[in-house]
Amino acid sequence: MTPKRKKRLTIILGLVFGTALIVGLVMYALSENINLFYSTSQIANGEAPVGARIRAGGMVVDNSVKRFPDSLKVQFAITDYEHQVVVEFTGILPDLFREGQGIIAQGKMDANGIFQADEVLAKHDENYMPPEIAESMKKKQEAQQ
Amino acid sequence: MNPEIGGFALIIALFLSVVLALIPIYGASTANEMWMSYAKPLAAGQFLFVFISFICLGYAFSHDDFSVVYVAQHSNSQMPIQFKLSAIWGGHEGSLLLWALILTGWTFAVSRFSKALPLDMLARVLSVMGIVATGFISFLLITSSPFARYLPRYPVDGADLNPLLQDFGLIVHPPMLYMGYVGFSVAFAFAIAALLSGRMDAAWARWARPWTNIAWAFLGMGITLGSWWAYYELGWGGWWFWDPVENASLMPWLVGTALVHSLAATEKRGVFKSWTLLLAIFAFSLSLLGTFLVRSGVLTSVHAFASDPERGFFILMLLALTMGGSLTLYALKAPNVKSESSFSWLSREVLLLINNVFLTVMAVTVLLGTLYPLLIDALGQGKISVGPPYFNAVFVPIMCAMSIAMGVSVAVRWRESTPKAVLDKLWKPAVFSIICGLLFPMIYGNGFEARVFLGISISLWVMSSVVTEFIGKFRNAQSITSRLKQLPLSYYGMMVAHIGVGVTAVGITLVSNYSEERDMRMQTGDTVEIADYQFTFQGTHVVKGANYMADQATIVVAEDGETIVTLRPEKRRYNVKNAMMTEADIDASLFRDLYVALGEPLEDGSWAVRMHYKPYVRWLWLGGILMALGGLLTVADKRYRQRSARQEPTNA
Repeated sequence: MTPKRKKRLTIILGLVFGTALIVGLVMYALSENINLFYSTSQIANGEAPVGARIRAGGMVVDNSVKRFPDSLKVQFAITDYEHQVVVEFTGILPDLFREGQGIIAQGKMDANGIFQADEVLAKHDENYMPPEIAESMKKKQEAQQ
Repeated sequence: MNPEIGGFALIIALFLSVVLALIPIYGASTANEMWMSYAKPLAAGQFLFVFISFICLGYAFSHDDFSVVYVAQHSNSQMPIQFKLSAIWGGHEGSLLLWALILTGWTFAVSRFSKALPLDMLARVLSVMGIVATGFISFLLITSSPFARYLPRYPVDGADLNPLLQDFGLIVHPPMLYMGYVGFSVAFAFAIAALLSGRMDAAWARWARPWTNIAWAFLGMGITLGSWWAYYELGWGGWWFWDPVENASLMPWLVGTALVHSLAATEKRGVFKSWTLLLAIFAFSLSLLGTFLVRSGVLTSVHAFASDPERGFFILMLLALTMGGSLTLYALKAPNVKSESSFSWLSREVLLLINNVFLTVMAVTVLLGTLYPLLIDALGQGKISVGPPYFNAVFVPIMCAMSIAMGVSVAVRWRESTPKAVLDKLWKPAVFSIICGLLFPMIYGNGFEARVFLGISISLWVMSSVVTEFIGKFRNAQSITSRLKQLPLSYYGMMVAHIGVGVTAVGITLVSNYSEERDMRMQTGDTVEIADYQFTFQGTHVVKGANYMADQATIVVAEDGETIVTLRPEKRRYNVKNAMMTEADIDASLFRDLYVALGEPLEDGSWAVRMHYKPYVRWLWLGGILMALGGLLTVADKRYRQRSARQEPTNA
């Protein structure tokens, strides 16, 4: 090999190795940090794993919001109009959180079948429905027909 | 009548842009000077008519013309005038009109300030921009005209603008961001023109560079403003959420940063030419992708704009055409582009290349994280979201590695440096930053903290290596003032921008590690202590705003028993939409922010209150401003003006 080719080979090998390393790390980081979305029906059917970080979404059930005295703990139920799931959250709810509004919660299912949320997201547009919820409801409607 | 004039002006603008897209570029390929010379007046006309259209929409907003659907949906007679006007870009249709206005504005600016450009080059550049304008103006007219009317029956009053948007942030953030997004179309047009003409020399880089730097500076400024706005307006005190829409602006910025550096190497040394062209294509393609992500609603985002599949499809087509066309052209023509000089392993060229690789990898990882949910969904594998931990895990290490290379790059010379010379320059800043990084967490915090050590050391390394290099320039200087004047402005630009990176890194490190946050249920008279500050809740009272009612809380903050500030956060209810809005109150200073936001009223008269102590959070945005300023300083460099002045006579 000429020195020029040798230099080129080193560069190419370096690039390939570097790329492989980065891709590997990125894929690892991705697999550790993705949150699967579950509809309330899936959760009610026991499809959601207990203890793993997931997202759940649905409409907040009317008259289901209960506050605990002396803390910021709040409990409410979400639904896809078929099954309900009880959610508990401690902290400040977003401005657009209200009964009848679509929300997405991030957190874990506990052993009692309650969704322990560490984050509740309500969207900044009252006509907006998170695509996940819209789709899971559309599936419901199609199944019913 | 007025909205019809606006719509009609837009149609005329479309015709002009179609002609601009076809005639000058054809003239350039057939060397027909007359056809090429149509480019300038067409660019001016296109801008004029989009401007008229924009003024018409502004007039409809300021005069509460609720027969216009877009105005009725995004404004209200009670709104203060500044928000009525910024509501022009408060929704989809108007933002696109702003996009078109800025695009034609950039086109006009290029036609005005490129006296040094040969006629055929100018014709090609303007034509390419005309193609982009054709795409966007037809997009506006076909799918999203802001001038559609409710006739004959129209609402008495408007539906009001989303309260979150009724803020100073809306006035400044979108125009800045769009200036950057759209500004990359200039770099893109230059790249396409270079590929078409096969001329890709130092002169080309010198023409393209100022435009690219300005666009990059605007985009950086827009992102900085967006981060600051989100911080004080969303009420949860975060400054970056790794939200798809934020990522959409970050990706072109990262690639743009790579482009700015690669262009510098192309201009100075005639290297990395084809790489520079590719970056220019990608920077603009990512801007388009960002527009697609934001406007199509395919991703769940805090920027939840109502989605419309048809619009998403149109932008996706535009994106496919732009990328497909330009990359095909690139594949055909790029092999003809040759680098002009060689360099050794330890040279500024190589370090710039390393910087480029890091920046590109960062952009790719952000892209992957942003699009991964779409990919998985398309494969039918379920609905997922990629959380901030992914981005932090991938982004932060690469950022650190790049910052280390950044420090080295300023000490290395073009073409070749000896390892000894580089070491001589760098050992002092290296030792200094490591020692300070070790000491800082012990003095400022409660003992050693690995992440703070790393963050502070790297930030100081970036800053001190630049400063050392700067001081080194004076070693053999006879007079300091003459040396100061001798250094080119672009050198100062580089210094300011690099120091900005360090300043932002200090902010990120400290605010991530030393912030304190508490959500509390508070009764009147309750006191909470956070980071040596005592927050006392003194109850709420009702205040009345222009178009809202608010509960305003009084929270007195004391340090060691001495009152330092009284904060008045509000919980607003906007009359028209009956929408709730949290208005945080912040005591800002260079070294710490005290941030208070109201949650909701609870049954027993107490309130949920959120309190933050945010050290050094201002540094984040200060660094962003410095980076943008650095980019602009470079543009002001004499050599860009001198050239045009010298060539003017021959052109005229």
